[in-house]
Amino acid sequence: MISVIPEIGHLALLLCLPIATALAVLPMAGAAASWHLLQRSGPLLSSGLWLFLAVAFACLTYSFLHDDFSVVLVAQHSNTALPSYYKFSAVWGNHEGSLLLWVFILASWTLAVAYLGKSLPPDMHARVLAVLGGIAVGFLLFIIFTSNPFERNLISPPLEGNDLNPLLQDIGLILHPPLLYIGYVGFAVAFAFAIAALIGGKLDAAWARWTRPWTTVAWLFLTVGIALGSWWAYYELGWGGWWFWDPVENASFMPWLAGTALIHSLAATEKRGVFRSWTVLLAILAFSLSLLGTFLVRSGILVSVHAFASDPTRGMFILLFLAVTVGGSLLLYALRAPTIKPLATFKLLSRESWLLINNSLLAVSLAVVLIGTLFPLVMSALDLGSYSVGPPYFNKLFLPLMVLLMLFMGVAPYLNWKHNRLTPVLVRPWYMVSIVALGIAMLAVALLSQRYVTQWRFGAFITVALSSWLLLMTLTHAGLKARRFASAKNSSAWQGLASLSRSYWGMVVAHSGIAVMALGIGLTSSYSVQKELAMSPGAVADVAGYRFVLEKLEDVKGPNYSATIASFGVGRLSDGTLVKGLPIRLQPEKRFYYAAKNVMTEAGIHGRLTRDLYVSLGDSLEDERWAVRIYVKPFIRCIWLGALMMAAGGLLVVIDKRYMPRLPVRTDAPSDTVASKEQAVV
Amino acid sequence: MMHPVRKQRLMIVAVIVVGASLATALVTTALKDNLNLFYEPDRIAAGEAPVGRKIRVGGMVVPGSIVRNPETLAVTFVLTDYSADVAVQYQGILPDLFAEDAGAVATGVLNAEGVFMAEQVLAKHDEKYMPPEVAKALEGKSASDYKNSYSNDNDSDPASEY
Repeated sequence: MISVIPEIGHLALLLCLPIATALAVLPMAGAAASWHLLQRSGPLLSSGLWLFLAVAFACLTYSFLHDDFSVVLVAQHSNTALPSYYKFSAVWGNHEGSLLLWVFILASWTLAVAYLGKSLPPDMHARVLAVLGGIAVGFLLFIIFTSNPFERNLISPPLEGNDLNPLLQDIGLILHPPLLYIGYVGFAVAFAFAIAALIGGKLDAAWARWTRPWTTVAWLFLTVGIALGSWWAYYELGWGGWWFWDPVENASFMPWLAGTALIHSLAATEKRGVFRSWTVLLAILAFSLSLLGTFLVRSGILVSVHAFASDPTRGMFILLFLAVTVGGSLLLYALRAPTIKPLATFKLLSRESWLLINNSLLAVSLAVVLIGTLFPLVMSALDLGSYSVGPPYFNKLFLPLMVLLMLFMGVAPYLNWKHNRLTPVLVRPWYMVSIVALGIAMLAVALLSQRYVTQWRFGAFITVALSSWLLLMTLTHAGLKARRFASAKNSSAWQGLASLSRSYWGMVVAHSGIAVMALGIGLTSSYSVQKELAMSPGAVADVAGYRFVLEKLEDVKGPNYSATIASFGVGRLSDGTLVKGLPIRLQPEKRFYYAAKNVMTEAGIHGRLTRDLYVSLGDSLEDERWAVRIYVKPFIRCIWLGALMMAAGGLLVVIDKRYMPRLPVRTDAPSDTVASKEQAVV
Repeated sequence: MMHPVRKQRLMIVAVIVVGASLATALVTTALKDNLNLFYEPDRIAAGEAPVGRKIRVGGMVVPGSIVRNPETLAVTFVLTDYSADVAVQYQGILPDLFAEDAGAVATGVLNAEGVFMAEQVLAKHDEKYMPPEVAKALEGKSASDYKNSYSNDNDSDPASEY
């Protein structure tokens, strides 16, 4: 029996192309000719595009869930024995499907802009939607002509599929690509706003205020997506590392750096009307880097689990698309930017300057990552040898930049916009905070060095001092601000804290997140203990104050694999004896996946905020004897906790009252007059 | 007294210039110290590779060449590009997909005896995938050998048994 579902999906996908083309052309033309009917066609076309893509995506999902191996993609990436949640994630666990997801997410963002952006001036709204439509056209062409997910093999469909790459059979990988793509593609919205503003010649505070929440949402998804990828690499690859400076990781990290610079520069543009052309450039840059990331990952020029395809025409297409998008937008920028004049001035000692410094540091970090990522590719393209850039390159350059960034980040909130007199700045509380932070660092490092029986670690001292300094500076600022507010209004300190705006709290939470993450990075790299050894049942290993006992080995069968599971009992040691027996159980696995004939390691992890115990199996040496890797990783969870705090900070900014869509009921409320007043001021 | 807008612009330019030159200097030195050039086994055999500097070498793992010490986890194996061989020494756990007659890339230092002391060994990511550098190293040497291993993979594909 042959299903027609894939044909329906294919047809829906093909129909998206004319709709997207219409979306790219009609609203733009309408805005140019002031023809209102065309100008307002954007939302309808966006809905159509979203609907047809949703149908296409649903059809592909259906084929995966129903093991329709007459669809080539399903035969290559799924298997009847695969659990159904992995069949679902297999939809985007391959080149074609992941691109379909990309363009579906783009259509979803477009739909959101179409209906949530109704308060935008009609011409601006039309242009933004048209630019998004244009991007959709590019990607649809790419999918339809080089990467059709609905390609069929009706003559001799296989009875069984090849299975999904076992590395991708994991809960983290069900969520990682969609989150990352929501972030990547979300920068398309910031890009579209920038291009629309350049075309319309209206780069004002209102433009920045509209762009800001969209950019922040994209940024927060990207943050969570990257954190999830790092967490996945940590527990799934079995190496205990959380960041490898792998080109694919860098590909997602570069748009993040640009996006981080962008949300800060947008803040200055919104509040003070400065850095407008830099903000536009960053918006273009963030999206271009998202495209570059897609190119790096999807063209197959990288050695990676992410690189599904290695078809040169695909790479050429994305490169061409990249060239057109980046070249076109930079040309437009070059034509329009000289007309952008700063609307205000500021002095060296002002929040603007410090945001500028923050932006420069982020831009330099971005350049460092970009060079380290592209250098080997350029050398190999020019046939000058096959190089790889080692992680020390990135660490050596990145760490000092981050130290500087954290120092500026701690001080910047204390500065007022425009200018500050030096004396009040100098008597602010940071002497006190610095002394306390140094004290905390001394104490923490003394305790940790004793706990992990090592020398005094200078790196750890610097990190703890810097992180606690940043955390205290940020929290003290919130406290002082609340107190000032409370004393002005004669209310309690709690009311003062509650009265601070959500976007301010967003900054506090996100900056604290940086401090927490830095703490995690510093302490993990200073105090992690690793041991690789051969163990057979009954063997005992003492690592960093813990005793690991290999109790037994068992063979088990999973749905599409067989596995050896090792059971470890772990307990805390004190003076060489167990304190409370072996209360912790760790069960690392070695799996053999039938269909792909792949061996996979599943680590056994016991996590606490202060430390992770991590065991993974290496190879089987002889009968019951296994190579075993044991790690004790202090504070590694702080890394992901910090990332989540940053994302939570982004969320707080987005739900700030001033970005909330104005409800139709309140059309008579004064919110509009506030907006127009601000525009008048600018 | 300079016009404030111009002064501000000058400041921005100064920040950019200082930042960019500092970054360039740092990037160049860091990059110079951390570039690992890839060598094929025949170039190592020809003495082209530097001794004592971190490089990478890649090729196919020679069947029967893997010798492990089950006590210390020390392992030795031989990488070949079918025209020359390199002996590799490694201490630790090998990746899941490391196997005889499969591609692998090692990062480490060549010692004076011509033995490659690996700090890290990477294998191909899955059954179908060949690290591009290994593929290139094998190019034109005995390409048929590794193409055969491709078709073997296809033969064992459950789908084609029917």
